[in-house]
Amino acid sequence: MSEAPEHLVKSYDLELKRLGNLITEMGGIVESQVANAAIAIMERDTELATLVVETDPKVDAIEREVEQFVIRLLALRQPMAADLRNIVAALKITGDLERMGDYAANVAKRSIVLSQFQLPLSLSGLGHMAQLVQANLKLIIDAVSEKDADKAIQVWRSDRLIDDLYNTVFRELVTYMMEDPRNITPCTHLLFIAKNLERIGDHATNIAEIVHYAVTGEPLTEARPKGDTSAYAVVRPHE
Amino acid sequence: MSTTMSEQQGKPSASFGGMQARSAQTINEPRIAIQNLDFFYGANKALKQIKLDLPERQVTGMIGPSGCGKSTLLRVLNRMYDLYPGQHATGEAMMDGMNIISPSVDLNELRARIGMVFQKPTPFPMTVYDNIAFGVKLHEKLSRAAMDERVEWSLTRAALWGEVKDRLQSSAMGLSGGQQQRLCIARTIAVRPEVILFDEPTSALDPISTLKVEELIDELKHDFTIAIVTHNMQQAARCADQVAFFYLGEMVEVAPAAQLFTAPKERRTQEYITGRFG
Repeated sequence: MSEAPEHLVKSYDLELKRLGNLITEMGGIVESQVANAAIAIMERDTELATLVVETDPKVDAIEREVEQFVIRLLALRQPMAADLRNIVAALKITGDLERMGDYAANVAKRSIVLSQFQLPLSLSGLGHMAQLVQANLKLIIDAVSEKDADKAIQVWRSDRLIDDLYNTVFRELVTYMMEDPRNITPCTHLLFIAKNLERIGDHATNIAEIVHYAVTGEPLTEARPKGDTSAYAVVRPHE
Repeated sequence: MSTTMSEQQGKPSASFGGMQARSAQTINEPRIAIQNLDFFYGANKALKQIKLDLPERQVTGMIGPSGCGKSTLLRVLNRMYDLYPGQHATGEAMMDGMNIISPSVDLNELRARIGMVFQKPTPFPMTVYDNIAFGVKLHEKLSRAAMDERVEWSLTRAALWGEVKDRLQSSAMGLSGGQQQRLCIARTIAVRPEVILFDEPTSALDPISTLKVEELIDELKHDFTIAIVTHNMQQAARCADQVAFFYLGEMVEVAPAAQLFTAPKERRTQEYITGRFG
């Protein structure tokens, strides 16, 4: 439903607006965490990586604030219909954003370790993955703040690309590890980094489903195209 | 309507973790089927082409702002308006092949089949026992023992027996407001109606008495078809299987309660239940 007219109780409107602002603020912080974590890997920037890790408590604090605020709204306002859907959506979205922040911090930590290694490979695949994840993250945060179900669907569908890239990166890294055991340590870190980025993409699709329901009242029911096949991947050494 | 109920109930909970109210999974066959119903206070049309089913042994909640026609509809269903000249209804409200608003309907019989409980408790100025027996005597000749049994049955069904069994011969006026309202419910069910209409039955009661009446409604729906008009949306959400939203004499939307209160289809419903009217 499009922008609702104003609520008869003005303080309720202000509270709903504040909830929306908290989520947008949290989304902005997580977005910059992911962006900085990506730069930290590509540019071997340990200072930036440290900043990402240090930002995490701020994200956790906003999550707690949103949780408490939602409980308060449910108890005191007894919301209905679109208000109810938006408030419950905020509660769920804050959980997804918090996980994304954790993954970004984990990527950043590993980038600090990685900076001590000579990498035998180009990081272009990983870099491309990070770009797609960031684009989806930006789009989903816009969808949340603009209550835009179409943008949500766009994110939901495009996660497939991230999964495909992840599979490619997975195979590439396993191949490097087989070539030379000295690659195992950096490549294992890179593998976790790729997995964390892929998980951030998955949480963006979770948020897409939540936004779609909150905005339209209809759940996204069709089976989502899932592309992570690395669980079944077998990479054998060349003879 | 009944075709889409189970879908509407099933789907949204998939993403929002089993958020199901008390509301029914499926809506039963209609006990009363209202169609093309218009109602006039003189020249003023208060109900416009109402179409609504009251499903058998389920609770239909009716909500909407003051003057939207919801109480008028209840008054039509047991022909209360017959007492007032200049008021008349046209259209259909069918129950077992009988059109409730047809002039040929026997009003005494109709009101025994369709009972009504009002906003304010209205006990008669007589004993608790006689409050129940009074209505029964109009319709049935019962022996003393059978009447005792009927009084006990009614008061038990109205969750009042335990509180009044030792004071059946005291005046009903000495009961608390909540007890008086449950006495009125007992009086209504004593004549064994098929349908019970509640017109804001708890608006004069405290929260605990309110919950007792709501629990009672939940209990009574196993045997009776129930319609409840309420200004309290949470009450409709708690009690009703399906909820109908009325506005300016029209029935805007009817849906299972969980559907109507989480994802209504009509903009006017959405704006009313979220408190954004106008």
